[in-house]
Amino acid sequence: MSEPIRLETPLSFEDVEPLKTGDVVLISGVLFTARDAAHKRIAEAIEDGSPLPFDPSGQIVYFTGPAPARPGHALGPAGPTTSSRMDSYSPLLIERGLRGMVGKGVRSEAVRDSMHEHGCVYFGAVEGTAALLADRVKEAEVVAYEDLGSEAVRRLVVEDFPVVVVNDLRGGDLYREGREKWRRKRTPPPA
Amino acid sequence: MKEIPKKQIIETIRNLCIEANTNLPESHLAAMRRALEKEESPLGREVLERLLENADVARERCIAFCQDTGYAVFFVEIGSEVKIPDGELGEAINEGVRRGYEEGYLRKSIVRSPIDRTNTGDNTPAIIYYEPVPGDTFELTMLVKGAGCDNMSALKMLTPAEGVEGMKEFIVETIEKAGPNASPPVTVGVGMGGPFEKAAMMAKKALTRPSGEPNLDPEVAKLEREILDEINATGIGPAGYGGTETALAVHIESFATHIAAFPVAVNLDCHSHRTAKASL
Repeated sequence: MSEPIRLETPLSFEDVEPLKTGDVVLISGVLFTARDAAHKRIAEAIEDGSPLPFDPSGQIVYFTGPAPARPGHALGPAGPTTSSRMDSYSPLLIERGLRGMVGKGVRSEAVRDSMHEHGCVYFGAVEGTAALLADRVKEAEVVAYEDLGSEAVRRLVVEDFPVVVVNDLRGGDLYREGREKWRRKRTPPPA
Repeated sequence: MKEIPKKQIIETIRNLCIEANTNLPESHLAAMRRALEKEESPLGREVLERLLENADVARERCIAFCQDTGYAVFFVEIGSEVKIPDGELGEAINEGVRRGYEEGYLRKSIVRSPIDRTNTGDNTPAIIYYEPVPGDTFELTMLVKGAGCDNMSALKMLTPAEGVEGMKEFIVETIEKAGPNASPPVTVGVGMGGPFEKAAMMAKKALTRPSGEPNLDPEVAKLEREILDEINATGIGPAGYGGTETALAVHIESFATHIAAFPVAVNLDCHSHRTAKASL
């Protein structure tokens, strides 16, 4: 595996353009959390023309709903949730300058097209490393939709938050390429 | 008659919730270590190493291994000679879940209904399956079931003519469709036989077996090995980043079925495979 690439938010097009599928990246700076319910409200806010919980330009959204924090921790365990549930909403943020998304699982073609068009990269994190990921979160603050509890929008300040590039700007897709690379012929059934 | 006070059940359930969510079963960790030895992809090995490290951190600090602390599912074997003198069992289990999820800093993930999506606030109702047995046995098995992998599960009513080959195809196809979404390496619970709902129930219960423990029927155990091999040929790998280890175990439960039927249910569990047991 190659040396990790270090990125600091906010991100410019030039920051994400060189990234390639399979690159290991350590993010420092800010991540905004949002999952199902928060995305629904953001979409409604866009439709109504009301203000958004944060300006998506140059930012990264992290699809997560953390567990409660024990005293002394900034955030409870917080791994990624399945990103495809946000597929119908993501282009709304990407069109408004979002540069990155962190989640797990395959994105729709419409999302990938939007990412390609506007310069946004999709990163994978590993759900079963939730406790380790929370360690990289130095500060956490609810910035909108507090009534949603775990699903509220939080501003996280992170240090060396580990992710892998799944979809780059060249049409690369780690899930597809990884599977093709490691697929082997299935053992034929006994005659 | 064996009497078990309600308070003891509440306390036991509370502790099971915390134990299951923070301390992964040794059989599952051993399966992940074996997968790490076999995994050929460097990125796949990296994922497995981090998963094992996460398990250590969760156990040492008593924090959840995964933020999705799931549905609280219980399989309860209750003997005919067991009595709860001062309360109702379902109530006691739900009270235990309430306390465990609050006091264990676990996420509350249950909403009132698919259309009224208000969070119930305490992770109840628990999902409880009772199995009456003879004697004074009282055994609780908890499965913490995350939704990401449950969402990728499937059931098919095969025809007898489609048979074992049709079943294998369907299971592998379910894994292929799930891909990274089910958070591999997965544990695969399969229920074959019975009517529609029996197959689904068996698939869920199959997940509570210690990882890799084969079915007692050698013919079914052989199927488990063959299907595991076929799943690992897909190349999906840890976290879906590509690799040789996509599933850690296939557990099949089997039951009698109809002359016209071959139901198969596949319930997937993610790498956060969380079970715990207690006997009273």
